[in-house]
Amino acid sequence: MLEIKNLQVSINNKQIIKGLNLTIKPGELHAVMGPNGSGKSTLANVLSGKNGYEISGELNFNGKSLKKIPTEKRAQRGIFLAFQYPLEIPGVNTNNFLKTSLNSIRKAKGEKEIDSLSFLKLVKEKTSELGIDEKILSRQLNVGFSGGEKKKNEILQMKILDPNLSILDETDSGLDIDALRIIAKGVNSSRNKKKSFLVITHYQRLLDYIKPDFVHVLSDGKIVKTGCSELAEEVEKTGYKKLN
Amino acid sequence: MKYQELEKTKEYKYGFTTDIESVKAPRGLNKDIIRFISKIKKEPEWMLNWRLKAYARLQSVKEPNWQKPKYPKINYQNLYYYSAPKSVKNKPKNIDEVDPKLIETYAKLGIPLKEQEKLSGIAVDAVFDSVSVATTFKKKLTEKGIIFCPISEAIQKHSDLVKKYLGSVIPITDHYFATLNSAVFTDGSFVYVPEGVRCPMELSTYFRINASQTGQFERTLIIADKGSYVSYLEGCTAPMRDENQLHAANVELVAFDDAEIKYSTVQNWYPGDKDGKGGIYNFVTKRGVCRGKNSKISWTQVETGSAITWKYPSCILQGDNSVGEFYSIAITNNHQKADTGTKMIHLGKNTKSKIISKGISAGHADNTYRGLVDISKNASRARNYTQCDSLLMGNKCGAHTVPYIKNKNSSAIVEHEATTSKINEDQLYYCNQRGLDQEEAVSLIINGFCKEVLQQLPMEFAVEAQKLVDISLEGSVG
Repeated sequence: MLEIKNLQVSINNKQIIKGLNLTIKPGELHAVMGPNGSGKSTLANVLSGKNGYEISGELNFNGKSLKKIPTEKRAQRGIFLAFQYPLEIPGVNTNNFLKTSLNSIRKAKGEKEIDSLSFLKLVKEKTSELGIDEKILSRQLNVGFSGGEKKKNEILQMKILDPNLSILDETDSGLDIDALRIIAKGVNSSRNKKKSFLVITHYQRLLDYIKPDFVHVLSDGKIVKTGCSELAEEVEKTGYKKLN
Repeated sequence: MKYQELEKTKEYKYGFTTDIESVKAPRGLNKDIIRFISKIKKEPEWMLNWRLKAYARLQSVKEPNWQKPKYPKINYQNLYYYSAPKSVKNKPKNIDEVDPKLIETYAKLGIPLKEQEKLSGIAVDAVFDSVSVATTFKKKLTEKGIIFCPISEAIQKHSDLVKKYLGSVIPITDHYFATLNSAVFTDGSFVYVPEGVRCPMELSTYFRINASQTGQFERTLIIADKGSYVSYLEGCTAPMRDENQLHAANVELVAFDDAEIKYSTVQNWYPGDKDGKGGIYNFVTKRGVCRGKNSKISWTQVETGSAITWKYPSCILQGDNSVGEFYSIAITNNHQKADTGTKMIHLGKNTKSKIISKGISAGHADNTYRGLVDISKNASRARNYTQCDSLLMGNKCGAHTVPYIKNKNSSAIVEHEATTSKINEDQLYYCNQRGLDQEEAVSLIINGFCKEVLQQLPMEFAVEAQKLVDISLEGSVG
C-alpha cells in the first residue's frame, strides 16, 4: 500500500529525513517510535502532502507516486492524518465539517453524497461505538475542546471517513488512560485485511493497547532498528540512546 | 458551493445592461432640475419647497473628506439626476402592465416579480434607476393596514405621514450627501406599520442602476408604530461600466414604543474590474431612531459590492430600554475600499447596543471599521458591546479599526473587543487533509468567520448571502 524508498526531506535547507525506507502492506500496523526531533512529525506531514518541504526519493501509494498529488487528493484517495495538534476553526460546526469532508471524499470516489439522515445515523453509530459524547459534534470545530476531546474528535473523523491508510501523529501524547483506551478502540475496531496504519508515538504505552505488526525506531532522520512489538518494550527500558 | 458553479460566476453576474428607452432629465444640478423631478413625480408644493431648501443648503456645505478611501472629484453638473424607463411614465396599475423587458431584467437578477407574487412570501418593491417599477403583495398588506409603496407614491397618497417623518431622523442639514439626497431623491420605499401589527412577511426592495452617468438617490422611510414589527431587506446591483457611478441614499427608520424594525442589506453593486476601473460609489446615510421605550432597531448588512462603500447605519436610542444592533460583513477584494461601521447614540436609560463587525480584505483592497458609541449624561446603566474582527487574505490588503467611545455617564458599561487575523495556512492544510480543496476550505473558514452575522439574515437571504461571500472572494487565495 505505502512504499517509501530513500526518502530525503529538507525544510529551509535543513535536512530532517535522511534516507528513510518503509513499506506498509494492506492490513499491517506499523509503529514508529523515536526521540524528539527525529523526524516523526515531518514524516507524517510529508505523507499527507503538507507544503513547504523539499523532497527526494520515492513515495508511492497503491503503486502510484504521491509526490505531485496535492493534500486534498491524497485524502480523497484514502490517506488520513490524525493531527498532533488539531486546528480550531471558529464558527464551523463540527458535524457540518465532517459531513462536508465525507462528501468530498465520496464524490472523488464517484459515490453519491450522503444525505443528512444517513449521516446522522452513521455519526450516532460511531460515537456510541467509541464511547464519545455526541455533544462535541454540535460545537464549533475544535474550539474550546480539551486536549483529549480534540484527539477523540480526530479518531471519530477517522472512523467516519474510513481511510485506507491512517497516520496517527502522536495521538496518544497528553491523554489520560480513558482517552487512550478510546483511541486504541478506534484503531483496533478498524483493523482488517485492507486497512493499514502508521502509528507515531513517543512512548510504548499506546502499544500496550494497540498491538503493532512492526515497530521502527526513528533516529536522526533514519530508521535505525526494526522489530516486532517486543522492540517497543526494549526501547521503553533502555531509552533511545542505546540504539544509535 | 461547488467548484463548477463558482467557475460560472467568476465574473460579476449582474453586469448586464437592459436596453430600454428611458426618459432622462437633462444633465446637471440646478433648481430647474429639482422642479423637473418634483413635477414628473406629481409632488405637492411642500415637497418641492423642501427639496429647494435642501438645494439652497447644499450651496453652503462642502463634501466631507475625512474618510479613509479617497476618490477623484465628482463633477455633479455632469450627472443625470433622473432616469426612468419610458414605459413607466404612465405608471402601471399592476404587475401585468409592467414592461416585459423590466420583468425580464428582474428575472435575470433572480427576482421573478410575477411568480414572486404567487410563490415566495416576500413583498417586493423594485426600483429601476429613479423610479419604482412594481410592488408586489399590496393587497395582502393593505388588509393589515400596512403601507408598503414607492415613496413617490406615498408623497402623493400619504402626504401627512411623509411630511411628518421625512427628514425627522436625517435632517436636510445633516451633511453634504444627505443634503444632496434631500434635494434630488427620486424613489425608494415607504413603509408604515400601524399600532400592534406584526408584518406577516418580509418586505424587500430591489435597487437596480441601469442608465449610465446617472446618480441614484434612493430615499427610504420606515415607520413602526407602537408595538409593531417589520423586517425589511434591500438588495442592489448595477451593470459593469468603466465610469464610477454614485449611489447616495438616505434611509430613515422610526420605531415607537415596543416596536421593532429589522433592516437587512445585501449590497452587491458593481465593484469595478480587477484593476479598480469603474464601480459604484456607495455613499449612504442610514439612521434609525428608537423613539419609544422598549423599541428596537437592528441593522444587518452584507456589503460585498461597490468600488467604495462609505456608510454608518446608526441608531439613536432615545426611548428608555431601547435596543440598537448592528451586524456587518464588509468584504473588499481587488481594489475595492470600504469605510463602514455604525453609530450608537445612547440617550435613554437602560439603553443597550451591540455591534458585531466582520471585515474581510483580499487583493489590494482596504477595509476600515469606524464606529462611535456615544453615551450621554442621562443614559444611566447604558450598555454597549462591540466586537470587530478583521480577516486579511494575502499581504497587499489592509484592515483598520477606528472605534470612538464617548462616555458621559459613570453607570454605563462599554466593552470593545477587536481581532485581526490572517487565514491560517494550517487551518487550510487541516481542511485539505480532510479532502476539501482550496476553494471549499476558504469558503468554509470565511463562512465560519461571518457566521454570527449571516445568522441574522432572514432565512431566504442567508443562503444567497453565503454564496455571495464565496463569489466575492473567489480566487483570492492560492
